[in-house]
Amino acid sequence: MSTLVPLRRGLGVFAENRLAVVGAGIFLALAALCFLGPLFWTTDQVHTDLASVHLPPGPGHPLGTDGVGYDQLGRLMLGGQTSIIVGLAAGLLATVAGTIWGAVAGFAGGWVDAAMMRVVDAMMSIPALFLFMLLAAIVTPSVTMLIVIIGAFAWLGPARLVRGEALSLRSREYVQAMRAMGGTGGRAVRRHIVPNAIGTVIVNATFQVADAILYVAYLSFLGLGVPPPAANWGGMLSDGLADTYSGHWWLLYPPGIAIVLIVLAFNFIGDGLRDAFEVRLRRR
Amino acid sequence: MNEPLLELRGLDTDIALRRGAVHALDGVSLQVLPGETLGVVGESGSGKTMTALSVMGLLPHGGRVTGGEILFEGRDLRTLPPDDVRRIRGVRMGMVFQDPLTSLNPTMRIGTQVAEPLRVHFGTGKAEARERAIDMLRRVGMPRPDRIADNYPHELSGGMRQRVAIAMALICSPRLLIADEPTTALDVTTQRQILELIDDLRAEFGMAVILVTHDLGVIAGRADRVAVMYAGRVVETAVTSSLFRSPKHRYTEALLESLPEEARGERLYSIPGLPPDLSQPMTGCRFAPRCRHVTDACRLSEIPLSGAEHQFACIHPASGRAAAGVPLPSPARSFSDAPVLSVRDLVKNYPVRRGGGQVSAVAGVSFDVAPGETFGLVGESGCGKSTVGRLAVGLERPSAGQIVLEGTDIAALTGRERRRMHREVQLMFQDSYAAMNPRMRVDAILAEPLEIQKVGDRRARIATLLDQVGLSRQVLERYPHEFSGGQLQRIGLARALALHPRLIVGDEPVSALDVSIQAQVLNLMRDLQKDLGLAYVFISHDLSVVDYMADRIGVMYLGKLVEVGPARDVVRSARHPYTQALIDAVPTISTAKRERIAIEGELPSAIDPPSGCRFRTRCPRAAALCETEPPLTGDTHQVACHFPLRQPPPATSAA
Repeated sequence: MSTLVPLRRGLGVFAENRLAVVGAGIFLALAALCFLGPLFWTTDQVHTDLASVHLPPGPGHPLGTDGVGYDQLGRLMLGGQTSIIVGLAAGLLATVAGTIWGAVAGFAGGWVDAAMMRVVDAMMSIPALFLFMLLAAIVTPSVTMLIVIIGAFAWLGPARLVRGEALSLRSREYVQAMRAMGGTGGRAVRRHIVPNAIGTVIVNATFQVADAILYVAYLSFLGLGVPPPAANWGGMLSDGLADTYSGHWWLLYPPGIAIVLIVLAFNFIGDGLRDAFEVRLRRR
Repeated sequence: MNEPLLELRGLDTDIALRRGAVHALDGVSLQVLPGETLGVVGESGSGKTMTALSVMGLLPHGGRVTGGEILFEGRDLRTLPPDDVRRIRGVRMGMVFQDPLTSLNPTMRIGTQVAEPLRVHFGTGKAEARERAIDMLRRVGMPRPDRIADNYPHELSGGMRQRVAIAMALICSPRLLIADEPTTALDVTTQRQILELIDDLRAEFGMAVILVTHDLGVIAGRADRVAVMYAGRVVETAVTSSLFRSPKHRYTEALLESLPEEARGERLYSIPGLPPDLSQPMTGCRFAPRCRHVTDACRLSEIPLSGAEHQFACIHPASGRAAAGVPLPSPARSFSDAPVLSVRDLVKNYPVRRGGGQVSAVAGVSFDVAPGETFGLVGESGCGKSTVGRLAVGLERPSAGQIVLEGTDIAALTGRERRRMHREVQLMFQDSYAAMNPRMRVDAILAEPLEIQKVGDRRARIATLLDQVGLSRQVLERYPHEFSGGQLQRIGLARALALHPRLIVGDEPVSALDVSIQAQVLNLMRDLQKDLGLAYVFISHDLSVVDYMADRIGVMYLGKLVEVGPARDVVRSARHPYTQALIDAVPTISTAKRERIAIEGELPSAIDPPSGCRFRTRCPRAAALCETEPPLTGDTHQVACHFPLRQPPPATSAA
């Protein structure tokens, strides 16, 4: 019971950040649309229907149909599922892997740190898109593969961040005070370093999710996404681009706007969490 | 009478917060005459800095002057067109800030930086501006100004940077110089050099100076008139000598009594409570809740400043201070028991990453601390006093030498014994806020040492600790950021006491506190010492605090102990020239002149310290003999000097 009090106060600070609440709202609305929407708006997203291609928005097809006759609204829901699942999972993977790597490097220090961080530097020097394209060319893209590929690149950011955090936390005076009481390194990590770094990590995780959703979009835009009939927002955007000059705007705007909205939502949520994890902003 | 150069009339300044606003200044009225130094003194949050920033138009984000007039040479800066105001503030006024490192641009050469105001306000050509900048650097006492002009700020020491900041403020020949805590970040010997420089320049340029500081000693020595501020108001203003001789406002009186140098006997007077929260509306005298002489009338209505020359806002003014006789030093206590801490030939070197070599932080220090005794360790920054403290509590391992705690050499301890050793000696930090995990509540903070050492019944122990340091049970559920500096220091002390240590090493434990709060903490430390038989190693740069607290004092210079002895003897009849210089540099409120030794120049580098006596490069008495190392000689009052200032009393030399 009493452990819930700080949580509630943190939520209070989060709720004070209007944009964060808006962000959380947008995310929940989009997630509900993608995962619950198909229960109410059932469409055939497997068989092409060449009789009704490029239909403009109207009755029966609120967002029109695409080049092979799929209902655009249904496709948006299906594509959103891929984008959100891959985004969340890849963001999580990157955060966990990066946090462990960075934390070990930061705590160990010395040559261990130097060696581990040079690995990160080396990988960072390879352009992300090049790496993605190479990997996507070698393996057949599936949802799982997308998660692994994006995660394999995106952990570099959190690794650097957490390593810096660990280095600075390690030399804080309260860690020294604990050592002067006879405390061990393990206690320093458990009681002082992890609780103080966790906020940064979680905030960063939300930005990682936003980035991962964008990466899915990039990859699919380049044709390296999940193969049809599966869909995702980036791939839909890519398909829609071919129709820009044919006036089929309904193929371009819905996935584009959806990507912008969800990335924006996660960035807002991240900002709100940053405040929520700042103990100093809490009031009683 | 002279026309005032600057006059503030009923100045109100607000600072907007997330919710509501802080009324930082409430009807501040001040006058600065041409050529005089006005000292503005107050504790943190009193509004002294806000006054300076309001005049300069440099209020922080959300800050706004909401009422009153700022008359400079008769013209109100609040109604003049912005371009005129900018010109007045840029050319006719100059400002020097506390931290010379952050007030200089790290990417700009010194010469360019000093010349910048000329280029901005007068469009002076590059070559001419540089000439004048070099000339100004010479006048603020920079050695080789033409070379320094091409340096960057990080290549200079703190004192030199402050000289640059002063040169920059003076380059347009202002009529008014505002110095906001100009020496607070500096060591006392450097502080003395800078204050003297400001005094000399004031006479040379015929300008007025507003000296904003929390340090009553600085004000007493340098200001013509003083304004005392409390909670956003001026409570008393008078000619300096008259204010220090007979303070009228009860706050000023209490503040002066809180100074350790004014201690009469065992305890300091400490002002109870905390300054008021300026975001709440207040009526009556703002000092009333903490005042010894408060009556109902004080709380009824605002009390205006009254009086002619000596103005004060108090309806029960003090009748003058008790005759400031020689403060009684507390009777010397004698300690015969085996020492709780014994340090022998302690050496600590740190390797230098670039270029090899090593920093000699501590170079052969030996001293003993008896049970129940306070050993004061004084010296300027970089002298190694904090390193000695960290070595003593086992946070670092010595490069050579012995640390014997309760008769056991701690180097010989096994891991488990070492952990138990930490029960005997604990550390108290300067900044307790930084020394507490911001995510832990006070109950967890106080429980931590007990958990680590697996000591039972935490609840009861924590309750006792809170009683000992005078805090209520309610603090347990709160986080460190919710406390004031004085309360945090109490919590820090409680945590240090948790394991029943025999010795507490306090590293500048009161340096971050205001005078009145400092007195509370010092009294508490003394009371606990008496009750619990604690020994303290009290590390501080502030000689007057150490003089008040310590039974014996060790003076450190560049890693070496130059003088050790009973506090009374060291402070009142110092034998090492450095100790004397240090004592002479401490600004005090007593008006007696005791100028004997002033040291010039800068602290030599500890990477390549001078051979022999490390002080010889700055010592007025140095001779060829000083190139050999002087041993620490003497009986109870030891000094490491070939030419000590005073011969030891015959009894000692005969022994």
